[in-house]
Amino acid sequence: MSLNDRVFENDERIIFKLRELYSKYGYMKYRMSKFEEYDLYVRNKDFLVSENIITFTDVDGKLMALKPDVTLSIIKNSRDTSGVQKMYYNENVYRASNDTRAFKEIMQTGLEAFGDIDSYCISEVVLLAAKSLECISNDYILDISHMGIISEALDSIKVSEKGRRSMLKSLGEKNMSGISAVCREEGLEEADAELLKKLVAIYGEPDEVLTKLKTVTRGERFDSAIRELEDITEVLSQNGCADKIRIDFSVINDMSYYSGVVFKGFVNGVPGGVLSGGQYDNLMKKMNRKSGAIGFAVYLDVLERLYEDNHGFDVDAVLVYEEGARLCDISRAVKKITEGGETVVAQKTKPEKIRYKRLLKLCGTEVETVENNA
Amino acid sequence: MKTMLNVALPKGRLGEKVYAMFEKAGFECPSIKENNRKLIFENEEKGIRYFWVKPSDVAIYVEHGAADIGVAGKDILLEYEPDIYELLDLDIGKCRMAVAGKKDFRDNTQKTLRVATKFTNIAKTYYASLGREIDIIHLNGSIEIAPILGLSDVIVDIVETGTTLKENNLEVLEEIVPISARLIANKASFKFKNAQIEAILKSMTEQSGEKK
Repeated sequence: MSLNDRVFENDERIIFKLRELYSKYGYMKYRMSKFEEYDLYVRNKDFLVSENIITFTDVDGKLMALKPDVTLSIIKNSRDTSGVQKMYYNENVYRASNDTRAFKEIMQTGLEAFGDIDSYCISEVVLLAAKSLECISNDYILDISHMGIISEALDSIKVSEKGRRSMLKSLGEKNMSGISAVCREEGLEEADAELLKKLVAIYGEPDEVLTKLKTVTRGERFDSAIRELEDITEVLSQNGCADKIRIDFSVINDMSYYSGVVFKGFVNGVPGGVLSGGQYDNLMKKMNRKSGAIGFAVYLDVLERLYEDNHGFDVDAVLVYEEGARLCDISRAVKKITEGGETVVAQKTKPEKIRYKRLLKLCGTEVETVENNA
Repeated sequence: MKTMLNVALPKGRLGEKVYAMFEKAGFECPSIKENNRKLIFENEEKGIRYFWVKPSDVAIYVEHGAADIGVAGKDILLEYEPDIYELLDLDIGKCRMAVAGKKDFRDNTQKTLRVATKFTNIAKTYYASLGREIDIIHLNGSIEIAPILGLSDVIVDIVETGTTLKENNLEVLEEIVPISARLIANKASFKFKNAQIEAILKSMTEQSGEKK
């Protein structure tokens, strides 16, 4: 293990790994300012994870916001061009956390592709989502869902706007009885919501689920969504990630923004999702762009708790020297320890709250070991 | 090492009923029946670990992944809206969320309605759906006393048999939503401990079906 491995926090190391991964597939790093006009977020409020935004007035009186999201800014600054633009970012965003009801700075890394999105591009982004999770932990699962299939299931039921929202919410909660409750409220037969209930119950590896879904015939939109999922699965299995993929229709993103495939990534040990994304052509349309888009974000802030600190020491060595010790002696001793690849804290008194492997004392030019905990 | 499934059970009568369902599903843990003050019980062979927590906290344990699954009342889920899977209506612990007031209560729609409740979120959402302006008075217990003392016009609370209301000269004015116990799961655990959770879900579904 090199010193870097020990000194860097896990999230820092993961950022490097992700940058390497995205660059490898030809995604360009996109660097942006921390501020954005508030107006942009007001118009697309539902796209944001949380509605709370830190705002301030700029010198010219314009209302500005500290970025709560990166995707919207990237789209705003993008142009409709031919081909596909591929980019990634690594930025801090500011939003209120649901747990503490306070603003937090969240490190977020993500990737976006704009333009003429074809099935290869979609599969590539989903593959990179899987590989991003792999960078974090080998024990991961990527849940894939498709808004085309979900809207097909919802459109097949004659239900009010409110009922439709409750149904979607129940689907997200895998709440079978919730769907029955909406049926009762709206005076529908349980059988009307049959496809939706099927989607709630279905969870598993792509092959198995897709075979089951193929028995349902629902017209062109449904079939093409299934084909798209099959294409993605094929690319993922070619890259050896197939066993980590599950089809799960409880992954629902806002329909007014997302249109095609949507996905959410989990790693064992983190209670909520660590990655989330999908194809958001509808958002592009809203923002007057002709092209399609797909992307995802990795939430690095939740990874802090993932790794147990297994070495259990803050520093390898503590070097204590006396008042009046010669500067060159201290410096030589420190140099010797660090050159050996170890970390060292040098000071006059033993620090109280630091856990160290060895306690060393400088006597004249000699270094004595006082304590050894290793 | 076998991975353990952590189950948060609500302390009290409902929790005991729920444990009986788990037991019937083949996930027994005999030590739980010993009369002592322990809070955590394990059956390593079955790969299951139970713990008793305050009923209103079950959803918190599950949302944060300290428990993989748990059983919580629909009232708690509506109030806190945790980000979890609601896998099954267990059809036990049934009651209803209702608006109650004094027997002779007349709703004066010209005034802001004063509502005393433990369930602030549920009350707000309900009255917002009616377009009614209200003042919320948050209380932690003995809600029934509020309209009697004139602290509020009505209360929003759980009504099981209605005895407490009757004895205090109150009655149900409107029903908001029926409540029952739900089997909930942490979203990540559902994926990583899928086989165990699905096995429990299957047996629980059968058991709650039998009762109907």
